[in-house]
Amino acid sequence: MEPVSLIAVTVIGHDRPGIIADATAGLAGLGLNLEDSTMTLLRGHFAMMLICSGDRSPEQVREALAPLAADGRLQVSAAAVPDEDGAGSRSLRPYVLTVHGGDRPGIVSAVTGVLAAAGGNITDLTTRLTGDLYVAVAEVDLPAEADADAVAASLRDAGAELGVGVTLRPQETDVL
Amino acid sequence: MSIADWTEVDLGVPGRVRSVVAAPDSVLSTPSPLVDPASPEIVQLAADLVATMRVSPGCVGLAACQVGVAAHLFAVDVSQHPKTRTNHGTFVLCNAEVVEASRKEKGREGCMSVPDLTGDVKRATRLTVRGLLPGSGEELTVETDAFEARALQHEIDHCAGFLFLDRVAGAHAVFPRQTYL
Repeated sequence: MEPVSLIAVTVIGHDRPGIIADATAGLAGLGLNLEDSTMTLLRGHFAMMLICSGDRSPEQVREALAPLAADGRLQVSAAAVPDEDGAGSRSLRPYVLTVHGGDRPGIVSAVTGVLAAAGGNITDLTTRLTGDLYVAVAEVDLPAEADADAVAASLRDAGAELGVGVTLRPQETDVL
Repeated sequence: MSIADWTEVDLGVPGRVRSVVAAPDSVLSTPSPLVDPASPEIVQLAADLVATMRVSPGCVGLAACQVGVAAHLFAVDVSQHPKTRTNHGTFVLCNAEVVEASRKEKGREGCMSVPDLTGDVKRATRLTVRGLLPGSGEELTVETDAFEARALQHEIDHCAGFLFLDRVAGAHAVFPRQTYL
């Protein structure tokens, strides 16, 4: 028996009711199991990414999902990916980063560059644009040995150069 | 005096409605300087904040920076809100600070200066705040809970140059506003 493989599937394009139902029906028809998934609307565009597992090739997945892309309004991709389970042995602390200010190119790259230089890893990111106001909120893991106050100060400096406010604070975890 | 006995009539000047500024105006992300509560400009500003809050549907608090003035004062009135428990009516505090805060709970917040977004923010639900009354300058301590506590922390944050966006719980805690009051 061949080892079970993981396949990453993306579906992006014109939104309509039934995309997820159609896509997952195609995957279920191949006997694939959904391991993880996320879906949102990006500026009104349907955008879904998922990881599925099973004894199938990416070509078979693309073939099964071809009807989704038939009218040219949705783009579908499928590719084999290695198993990345587990965050490793590094000791990490979770933070939340907020950036808000006047919209302009380069805000996210400037701020995330500071994080990357400090060894910070973004685990989730959403951005909003309403009128002139650009907002980005990221969840960030910092190495336990990182000086979070110094990182926060560097982030504020980078934000000040762009005229945006940047806040980094420990993520509050719910404990029952 | 008790803060609950205070009304804007005590200011002795009629309030004028001012226009509310929206993010990304820099006055909203800059700490506001402390004020002299007895100065005529601050007394007038206090009356204006109350007047502006009154004419703004759903508004339960307004900080000076939200009308474009970098000054450490705000007006609050949560008396009409269904989530209110303890309620001190309408009041204005200058140079207010949090003395004690405990029992944090998550709640959805909006802001007149961020009209198109809301966000989930953890705030203390038991709160003690100290501040000065505009006009007399009398120092008062306000102990409150629930929605009034949340409103006070939101306004004190404004005075420190923070929006609710700077406090949201995570990457999936900011939402497009569903209902406009």
